Amino acid sequence: MQSNGLSEIKHLLRTHRLPHIWCPGCGNGIITQAFLRAVRRLDLDPDKICIVSGIGCSSRVVEYLDFDTVHTAHGRAIPFATGIKIARPELNVVVLAGDGDIAAIGGNHFIHGARRNIDITVIIFNNSNYGMTGGQYSPLTLFGEKATTAPYGMVEQPFDMCELARGAGATFVARSTTWHAKKLVDLIVQGVEHRGFSSIEVITGCHVNYGKRNCRETAVKMLQWQKEHSVPIERFHSMTEEERKKYFPVGIIHSETRPEYTEEYAKITRIKRDDR
Amino acid sequence: MAKRVGVEVSIAIAEAVKLAKAEVIPAYPITPQTHIVEHLSEVVANGELDAEFIPVESEHAAMSACCGSSAAGARTFTSSSSQGLSLMSEVLYIPPAMRLPIVNVVANRAMSAPISIWNDHQDIMVQRDIGWIQTFAENGQEAVDLTLHAFRVAEDRRVSLPIIVNIDGFTLSHVIEPIELPDQEDVDAYIPPFKPKYKLDPRKPITMGPVGIPEVYTEAKMLQDQVIKNSKKVILKAWKEFAEQFGREYNPVETYRTEDAEIMLVTMGSISETAMTAVDKMRDAGKSVGLVRIRLWRPFPGPEFRKAAGKAKVLAVIDRTLPPGALCGPVGAELRSLFYKIPGSPKIFSFVAGLGGRDVTVARFEEIVEKATGYAKKRPKELYEVIGVREK
Ligand SMILES: Cc1ncc(C[n+]2csc(CCOP(=O)(O)OP(=O)(O)O)c2C)c(N)n1
Ligand code: SF4
Repeated sequence: MQSNGLSEIKHLLRTHRLPHIWCPGCGNGIITQAFLRAVRRLDLDPDKICIVSGIGCSSRVVEYLDFDTVHTAHGRAIPFATGIKIARPELNVVVLAGDGDIAAIGGNHFIHGARRNIDITVIIFNNSNYGMTGGQYSPLTLFGEKATTAPYGMVEQPFDMCELARGAGATFVARSTTWHAKKLVDLIVQGVEHRGFSSIEVITGCHVNYGKRNCRETAVKMLQWQKEHSVPIERFHSMTEEERKKYFPVGIIHSETRPEYTEEYAKITRIKRDDR
Repeated sequence: MAKRVGVEVSIAIAEAVKLAKAEVIPAYPITPQTHIVEHLSEVVANGELDAEFIPVESEHAAMSACCGSSAAGARTFTSSSSQGLSLMSEVLYIPPAMRLPIVNVVANRAMSAPISIWNDHQDIMVQRDIGWIQTFAENGQEAVDLTLHAFRVAEDRRVSLPIIVNIDGFTLSHVIEPIELPDQEDVDAYIPPFKPKYKLDPRKPITMGPVGIPEVYTEAKMLQDQVIKNSKKVILKAWKEFAEQFGREYNPVETYRTEDAEIMLVTMGSISETAMTAVDKMRDAGKSVGLVRIRLWRPFPGPEFRKAAGKAKVLAVIDRTLPPGALCGPVGAELRSLFYKIPGSPKIFSFVAGLGGRDVTVARFEEIVEKATGYAKKRPKELYEVIGVREK
């Protein structure tokens, strides 16, 4: 039942809200598409999906998706999602937001969501900068690369979002890119199916603000860069320390089973109720 | 000689901060403040300004870092807007109590939800009572001048308080205006080096911001109130010296064609320029209308305002925020209490206009004056009215 046509996901879009605000060539559309294809493949009931975003170019996505969606405050998508999930554990709660949103201003929420292992899926649109505000560096800007606030190159080290997620306790951790558009669908499917905190980092292109400052001024160059700098996690493992510095691994970085927060919480309230 | 150049107001403010030789600038970007801090990060990176620019991970961190650097004795600047200013809020109450002279330029913008990046005064009115000195600029030149004035006043030992300079988002932050940027020597003469009375110094350890038990808390807060009230003298003197040094005169309250005016519009910020055009038009049509503009919002210049507007029969006060459930907007409420039970004082009518980027046009001011004229004869049912509401 697999077709590549837009027709199979179009009904999940609020087409009357289009055209979207994204620049031509922006990677956000690829991720949006991948997400909707995953929803289709999982055959999820659209009424059982709730999408939460923060603020940023990527977060605008909630205005175009025809589910219950919440456009929150910058950095606060994960706590909003936590509230929704704990009130309605039967919903598929998905956070779609930028690297600034999740790793900078909302970084604290990310690690605590992971630590609790609450069953939400966080898809990080990592375009390595704050796109919406014009290209300031983010905690995921690569060392040495340029941004408006790093005109001579970034002197801080970036987070490795996958290692951060794993270290904080996330039980499903994956990375993909917009170049790997098809594999991205598989990863999102697995992330949503996973029972626990799923973190999916998607390396995407903002050629308009980031690419142009880093010799990748077109959408195609952004994609090429992703292709050239990524390797499947299996191959990454067999690389030498020196080789690894040049690439980032894509695929499922980590997966395990641990008690999930809303389930554990429900158990306690049940015990308490039975006590009474 | 100081040059008059066509420059975006945000860039001019950043240049003023450079001229003031800020030493630490912690900031997080937010529309419409972004260009101010972006330009500063550039001049720091270029080595034109010997300062630390800290691109922190949130506004909460920005204001916290500001407190740290100011407490350590560094001249400290930041800038924010809307959601960002609100995210600073927890920390904003701290520097006035610790007497930390941080300068913060706020590019005023609406608050979520619904999400709006456009201009009004909700963001700053939420922070009305944080204890910072607060001024409102009308145009780009004033934004620059108030920024310089802010450093001078804040760091004066008799004041030692943080200052927010309000500039309207987009209508000021993003326009290009002819602006005179003063010479470095003149700015150096106007703003002496920062020598705080108390600072964090390992050789002379002190504690800032310890617990205020119920036995001292009230007195501490009263002192803070006294300090900001007393700061007015320094604020006025610094404006006087500004005029001597740079030739531009500023007062806490400005008037325009108020001589014998029966009705006076009351505004803050950039809509005042449109209001002046409206006043001219109405004067031409034979109406007795003038304009009073509040530049200094905290400490509130009560006597100055009474002097400027006390002879009017009617005040039509325009607020750029709509506090749900309140009796009227904050400026309206302030003026009602200023004139409460003073014999012969003007009738005050409160209006709300220009929310979330809606333009306040000349026609709107005419409408306000017309309504106020009518209300003077027949009391309105409500204590305030929203102007420019779409019918459909
Ligand atoms: C509290 C607060 N601070 C700052 C902003 C301004 N702001 C809006 S989006 C954004 C960054 C967006 O970057 P990212 O999250 O990476 O998303 P992108 O636009 O790159 O998709 C910032 C700083 C805001 N809206 N709220
Ligand atoms: S600024 Fe960058 S992230 Fe935002 S829409 Fe344009 S390309 Fe995409």
